[in-house]
Formats: sequence, structure tokens, C-alpha cells
Amino acid sequence: MVLDQQTTEPLVRAEGLSFERGDRVIFDKVNIEIPRGKITAIMGPSGCGKTTLLRLIAGQLKPKTGTIFVDGLEVPRLSRKDLFTLRKRMSMLFQSGALLTDLSVFDNVAFPLVEHTDLSEEAIRTLVLMKLEAVGLRGARDLMPSELSGGMARRVALARAIALDPMMIMYDEPFTGQDPISMGVLIRLIKLMNDAMHLTSIVVSHDVKETLSIADYVYILSAGKVVGKGTPDSLQTAGSEWVKQFLNALPDGPVRFHYPADDLAKDLVSGDRS
Amino acid sequence: MIRALGRMGISAFGWLGRSWIFLFYVLSGMFGVIKRWRDLISQLYSIGVLSLVIIVVSGFFVGMVLGLQGYNTLVDFGAAESLGVVVALSLVRELGPVVAALLFAGRAGSALTAEIGLMKSTEQISAMEMMAVDPLHRVVAPRLLAGVIAMPLLAAIFSAVGVYGGYFVGVGLLGVDDGAFWSQMQSAVDFHEDVMNGVIKSIVFGFVVTWIAVFEGYDTIPTSEGISRATTRTVVNSSLAILALDFVLTAIMFD
Repeated sequence: MVLDQQTTEPLVRAEGLSFERGDRVIFDKVNIEIPRGKITAIMGPSGCGKTTLLRLIAGQLKPKTGTIFVDGLEVPRLSRKDLFTLRKRMSMLFQSGALLTDLSVFDNVAFPLVEHTDLSEEAIRTLVLMKLEAVGLRGARDLMPSELSGGMARRVALARAIALDPMMIMYDEPFTGQDPISMGVLIRLIKLMNDAMHLTSIVVSHDVKETLSIADYVYILSAGKVVGKGTPDSLQTAGSEWVKQFLNALPDGPVRFHYPADDLAKDLVSGDRS
Repeated sequence: MIRALGRMGISAFGWLGRSWIFLFYVLSGMFGVIKRWRDLISQLYSIGVLSLVIIVVSGFFVGMVLGLQGYNTLVDFGAAESLGVVVALSLVRELGPVVAALLFAGRAGSALTAEIGLMKSTEQISAMEMMAVDPLHRVVAPRLLAGVIAMPLLAAIFSAVGVYGGYFVGVGLLGVDDGAFWSQMQSAVDFHEDVMNGVIKSIVFGFVVTWIAVFEGYDTIPTSEGISRATTRTVVNSSLAILALDFVLTAIMFD
């Protein structure tokens, strides 16, 4: 019974979440649930607070009102110690990879293991090589982060993210600035990791096609609100006009192509330069 | 006008408060540094050993200038033999700790700020936090300790080299008596009163300069402009702090 409850309850639950940056409202009473074992995509235009949401889930930022539960723990109320204990069970893949530049690829992947476990050097070596093998970069273990391409750096960061076998991985814009091949590799890896390791994945992105191809569930955020949610298929058919414009990348729709301006003909003859 | 003044006040006190909380967290992680002594050694190398060249060269020149100026003044009173005392006292009491600390702020302090600032802007600090590794303990604590250990050693080397600079000019070039130079220095410079107080000064300077440097790096706005400003602030603020603290410490020690 308890087990049942645990497996059906969402891993992450944001309730009435509000967050502001200066005078700008980033989230306005947002409710989001991230189901266990699935890939949930958080999408929306640039600057709508997708990355902020990940930082709120990870407890790096505190919400103004509302709260967030991760695996039953209320993140904003956790002490620094408890928060760090929780973070050992979740990983975040940063947009840049965020590898430690003074350590080699091998040492970067070994870093969380060395910090948090008492494993022998030999055991750590075995684990690191296996994690690197999973992302196809076992041969690159002696390189330094500066010698890696953007896609490779992200794969190394992914190997590092799975080093402690977390329950959840958060991906911050994993596809931005990738060539088609490394994009394909990353898509496959995210899907593969999720299924093989029974992870829960949160993918924050505005790359529609790539994200929808692997997502089980999608939230679309805009102007501080959830403007659409559902499975990729249901959103394509039943979403609002705005959601359809966003998902199909239409240049015109509820979000106008033109910045608000006076009538063109009037503007042209007026001769006013301001 | 009043509003701007208030905003300045709040931001200044905010800065001050953040820097103390920061220091508290860093100090709470000092025990871990002993366990990770390899980190400490590598920081001692990059903060201390790499500052040696500028410290040695400047020390020698400052000593030579002291020798020259001191000789010109003393010779009028027929007291050129006291040159060793003048050079040694000026160095161990004041110039050694102060000038070495100013050089240290420019060379090592700015590097620390830029390094930590860049780690922040490339999300390495965030990544560490996400891996449940406290960057204040892992990154900042060994650097602060290395600064506190390196500074008095650098100041001592500065003073020692400076004395030889004074010796080179005074005895080697201007013909002051060799034996008088050393013996007068030996009898006039007191270990506790002069040397130890200089060492205490340089420990305080090392602590303050490194604290300012690592805090500015950690507190920086993570853009290239933010890092450049933070680096400038490190050098300016720590130079001012060194000079102000030097006055306070001198007033307490040599009243």
C-alpha cells in the first residue's frame, strides 16, 4: 500500500508557486506536477523562467509564495544540510555542461564519487569508465574540458550527472547550439538513461521538435503561467491558438510578428524620425 | 537624493552583511581543508610561490632605495653606520608587511577574484552546489587559508631581500662599514617588539586581502563586466584596507 502510494505520487509537485525578480513576475501561482519515471518537458519562449523553475526545484532559489515538494520533502523549508542530502539524489545538466575546468574528463566524472562515497580508487575507476562508456566517451577520459566540443562537454556532464545514480535528472536547454549529429546523440541518451535507469527526467527546452519526440508529458509556460499541458499529441490537437503557434513555430498568430506601431502608411508620410 | 542615499546605505550594509555571513560559512569549512591538504598545497603554490618573483624583485629595489636615502640622511650626522638599523627597522615594522601585502593584493588577490568569478559565470559554482558539494568549503576555504599562510612568509622574504638590497647599496657601493651595518642592526632590532609585530601585521593583511578577494569573486555579477569590476574592487578595497589597518595596528603596537 505504502509502496503504491510512493510510486503513484508525483516526484515533484509545485503548489501555487510564485517568484519575482525585482519588479518582474516570473511565476504567478503556478501548479506543476512531475510524474515519476517519465520524461516531462517544460517549454516556453526565452526568458519565461524555465531555468528558474529548475533552480527552484533544486532549492538554489526560494519561492516568494507557494511551495515545492520533491519526493515528499518541502524544498524551501529544508536546512542546508538536508538540502545537500536531497541533492545527492538529483542531478542537473547545465546548458554549458559546467565541467570543472581544472580537472580532466575522468576526474570530473569521478568528482561526485570522490566527494560523497568511501569507494576505493579501483572501484571509482571502474564506475567512471562505465559511466563514460554509457555516453560513448571512455576514450576521451584524459582530455581537459577545454579540448572538448560543446556536445562532448554535455555528454561528459551527463556522465557526471549519473555518477551517483540519482532518482532525477534536470536538463537545462540540452539541445541549444548542437549540430544535428550531437543533437541526435543527446536525444537518444536522455531517452535511454531515463528508461534504463528508471530515472525521472525534466527537460527544459524551446527546441520543440526534439523535445516532443522524447517527452511523455509537456508543460508550456508563458508570462508566468502554465498556458498548456498534456501529452505531446493532445497539445498538438487540443492546445490553444498560442500553444499551436508556439509548437508549430508559426511567425504570426496570437504573438504578432510586428512590434506594436502606428499605421505604416501614416508613419511613412509623417516624416517624423522619432 | 534622500532615496539615493538610502539605497546606497542599504547596498553598503547588505554588502557588509553578506561578506560576514560568507566568512562564517567559509571558516566553518576549515577543518575539511586539513583533510584535503592537496588542495591547500596547490593553492599555496599558485598564491604564494607564483608571487615570489614580484616580491623578491620589489623587495630588493625597496631595500636599495632605503639604503640610498638612509645613507644620504645619516651621513650628514656622521651616523652612516646606523644604516643597517634604519633599513631593517623600516622593513620589518612597516614596509615589509605593507608593500608585500599591496603587491600580494595586485598579484594574487586579483587572480583569486577573477578565478572564482569565472567559475561562477561558467556555472561551475552552481554545478558544485547541485552536486551537494559546498563551494565555500571546497573552493573558497583552501584559498583563504593559503592566503593567510603565504602572506607572512612573503612579507618575511620581502624584508630579508630588502635588507640585502640596503646592504648592497650601503656597504657595497657607498662604503659603510660591513661589521657596523650588521652589529648595529642586531642590537637595535628586537625580535618580539619589531619582528613579531611585523609578522602579526602581515597575517592580518593576508587574511583581509584574501577575504576581500574571494568574497568579491563569489559575490560578483557573473558577466565579463561584473568580473572586471569585482577584480578592480578587490585591488582598490584591499589596498585601502591594508593602509587603514596598518595605521590602526601600528597605533596599538608601537604606542
